[in-house]
Amino acid sequence: MKIAISSSGNTLESTIDQRFGRCAYFVIYDTELKSVEFIPNPNKDCEEGAGPASVQLVAAKNVGKIVSGEFGLKIKPLLDSLKIQMIVLKDPEIKNKDVIKFLTRTH
Amino acid sequence: MPRIKRIRKVSNPPVIKGFKPYGPEVKGASKEPVTLLYEEYEALRLCDYDMFTHDQASELMNVSRPTYSRIYASVRQKLARAFVEGRPISIEGGKVYFDSDWYYCSSCTCNFNNPEKDKAIKNCPLCGSSDVHEYEPTDDEDVVSENDCKDICFCPHCGYEQRHRKGNPCNQMICPDCNSKMKRKGHKSDKI
Repeated sequence: MKIAISSSGNTLESTIDQRFGRCAYFVIYDTELKSVEFIPNPNKDCEEGAGPASVQLVAAKNVGKIVSGEFGLKIKPLLDSLKIQMIVLKDPEIKNKDVIKFLTRTH
Repeated sequence: MPRIKRIRKVSNPPVIKGFKPYGPEVKGASKEPVTLLYEEYEALRLCDYDMFTHDQASELMNVSRPTYSRIYASVRQKLARAFVEGRPISIEGGKVYFDSDWYYCSSCTCNFNNPEKDKAIKNCPLCGSSDVHEYEPTDDEDVVSENDCKDICFCPHCGYEQRHRKGNPCNQMICPDCNSKMKRKGHKSDKI
């Protein structure tokens, strides 16, 4: 399964972004191949509709779960209809590699 | 191009997939079934089983009151047609999502939801711990989350700025000084 993480930078040392729609990068982690891919978020400076556009971006990658600090108002109905699980991590200090370490243990 | 249909919220999928008629006149699987959409089933349930008014039910389904009434009218017509013509009823399809519940993991302090209702949650999807509970929102938590967003909403008309509050879209905020619509600061078109 693929898992998307909203990230504030394009390294494993970067912390996760507390916003989903306007995060700087998406980290796509593949639990089967153990591969990591960084996608710059084109909706970073969007005035409106950043959330749904970002959902489209990550849904095109066939992710099953999304890890982020917070999800906006318009996102839950979209992700529920796509059957993508949302995981909310309220800790702004947590790094991408920590999240991936968690995920490798469970999958 | 017509406006895109709003996704209707359905609280639970129906327990059955449909109905079959019986009686001396019915011979096997003779007639085409009448197809009820999930949203139509939900509209019927809210109005005639839970006894909500159209206004309350439309809010629960996340659609406008007139749209709700149209869905409801369509389900009444379909049911009447199935009864009168002796057709089977099958419940499928529709532009819906099933509202999912939130869970909380005490081991890694994360919240998560369960988009697939038929599978029960046993382990945390992040750390795998089995220490998960259903999440009950509390009031004091909202106060904390309001202030930890660093984005700024600003008024393009008079330049008034305030910190963005989570869950309040900037373009729906009204500037307290000049009553015009506000925007999210940092957008490319504003810098020119």
